[in-house]
Amino acid sequence: MKKLLIALMTTAAGVSLAANAEAADKLKACWVYVGPIGDFGYSYQHDQGRLEAQKELGDKIETAYLENVAEGPDADRAFERLARENCKMIFGTSFGFMDSMVKVAKKFPKVMFEHATGYKTADNLGVYNARFYEGRYVMGQIAAKVSKKGVAGYIVSFPIPEVVMGIDAFMLGAQSVNPNFKLKIVWVNSWFDPGKEADAAKALFDQGADIITQHTDSTAALQVAEERGLHGFGQSSDMIKFAPKAQLTANTDNWGPYYVKRIKEALDGTWKPDNVWLGIKDGAVELSPFTNMPDDVKAMAEATKKKIADGWNPFTGPVAKQDGSAWLKDGEVADDATLLGLNFYVKGIDDKLPQ
Amino acid sequence: MDIAVNILLTIATAATPLLVAAIGELVVERSGVLNLGVEGMMIMGAVAGFGASYLTGSPWAGLLAAMVVGALFSLLFAVMTLSLATNQVATGLSLTLLGLGLSGMMGTGFVGLPGERLPYLYIPFLSDLPVVGKLLFGQDPVFYISIALTAAVAWFLFRTRAGLTLRSIGDSHTSAHALGIKVIRYRYLAVLFGGACAGLAGGQLSLVYTPQWVENMSAGRGWIALALVVFASWRPWRVFAGAYIFGMIWIGQLHVQAIDLQQFAGAPWLLYKVMELLKSLPSQYLAMLPYLATIVVLVLISRNKRLTMMNTPASLGQPFVPDR
Repeated sequence: MKKLLIALMTTAAGVSLAANAEAADKLKACWVYVGPIGDFGYSYQHDQGRLEAQKELGDKIETAYLENVAEGPDADRAFERLARENCKMIFGTSFGFMDSMVKVAKKFPKVMFEHATGYKTADNLGVYNARFYEGRYVMGQIAAKVSKKGVAGYIVSFPIPEVVMGIDAFMLGAQSVNPNFKLKIVWVNSWFDPGKEADAAKALFDQGADIITQHTDSTAALQVAEERGLHGFGQSSDMIKFAPKAQLTANTDNWGPYYVKRIKEALDGTWKPDNVWLGIKDGAVELSPFTNMPDDVKAMAEATKKKIADGWNPFTGPVAKQDGSAWLKDGEVADDATLLGLNFYVKGIDDKLPQ
Repeated sequence: MDIAVNILLTIATAATPLLVAAIGELVVERSGVLNLGVEGMMIMGAVAGFGASYLTGSPWAGLLAAMVVGALFSLLFAVMTLSLATNQVATGLSLTLLGLGLSGMMGTGFVGLPGERLPYLYIPFLSDLPVVGKLLFGQDPVFYISIALTAAVAWFLFRTRAGLTLRSIGDSHTSAHALGIKVIRYRYLAVLFGGACAGLAGGQLSLVYTPQWVENMSAGRGWIALALVVFASWRPWRVFAGAYIFGMIWIGQLHVQAIDLQQFAGAPWLLYKVMELLKSLPSQYLAMLPYLATIVVLVLISRNKRLTMMNTPASLGQPFVPDR
């Protein structure tokens, strides 16, 4: 029922187009978001990237966006509409837009398309993604240092590789500090439901965790940590305002630099479709300031962050799978293809991965 | 003991918005009007509540604004369906869609701002009592309102003359009209009451549950409230039971996921086996449990067909034009 409603909504009224004044000599760059820009999370961060590009490149470009675009046939229409409205460059920011973008890119060979988190490319379609797991590794280390009980709670949405990658990286980080660290995982089966996220956080705290992290989109879990005088991490956006005493750091997406770079290339005529997976090194994954922790923990976190920025991969062996079988040999680094399809836990996680 | 109290408090917070919205809708449906706009009125209440609280600095003003805006928003529905006799299902659905979109637009300026929580009740001595202190005398105001509301509606519907009139309108608006009862006026009041309740439920979301504003934060709770009314066969205390069963199992399944099976090593065999079984279920099944269990329980308690039929408003959803 809810899905149907959302589909109806995007068809009927939910699609709103901003800034459609046209100037012939300006490059028009457009974005398609899967959620509302008011989610203060994933889509919000993409829109911050758009605003940064607009500010940086000033009157050389104009930007527009469509929000709340459902994946599927609705997305086809959204991309086509933007292409017809003179957008020269179109960014689609959700995995599920992939096939729509491939289809529309074929129809408009002169328009430059960029797809976030997908893997299909074409002559005028590039893909980009961020290595969120790098930040999660650092967060795991901090959690193991700050936690008094050695138990963290982890609120998660759906068992897709990106989420599993995050859990594994967090655990590897924590184990590098405390080999006996424990992780309690709660699946809420939703990306965005502040109420449920708050309930899950309360349950995890009641069950003995004293640090919380989440791969869902709202600030609710962190607010619970603040209320209980415990600690947690922000997700997607810097959420320090919601938890001035509880937030240790936040794993934020920073798309601005990438958008500026790509649009500049388009202006210069040097744009080519690419397939990039950006990390801390490129500034796409940013850890907001380390707060509410002792100086030695802060120093450790900074050092790890630098190590990752210098090219070290958190998925470096020896790493064993959950059942104890070997995954990565000593010094072996997981290749990107394996990570992008990751569907198992590392050793030490006491949870059954829903398949 | 602390953990049990915490769990009960969490359950009450989760059940309260469902209960408040469902009680409001129950009165609306008892008057023979089906308003599917609960989700929309709820989200409007949430944004109004947060906005007013933020602008005035008082969460109490927020709570009031949530109710007023919820009621005003339902007025739109009332004018359309009662005065203009439009189709109630279509109008209700569009009210939900409008509410979700409009609230997003109104709330643009409030995104990313931490809100102020409504204060918990505190009575010296009483609130400090172990266990019962926090449960009975230390919760948020909306919790107390929700309980009082349930009792008041149960009393109104079945113990007062006006309640009897309202129910008779829901059963047969033509007969009621023939008896000289102002059908449309009663229904207007019922719809407004329902709107205020849905708005209050939304205010609870943005002022108590998670004090913040984000788009779509009601996340389908309005639909659950609607379903509760039907499964509770339009009886206030059954709505109460439904909301709390739902909340209990919802919170319970989160705890099951977080629990350490080793803690139950010394527990009785049966308890251990049950925990083991629950732990082995994939989380998707656990997430289904609250919905399943609520439906099963409410179907069981309303097994008596005659009684259910007696409780179903016979002219539910039918437009009424006087003097036709």
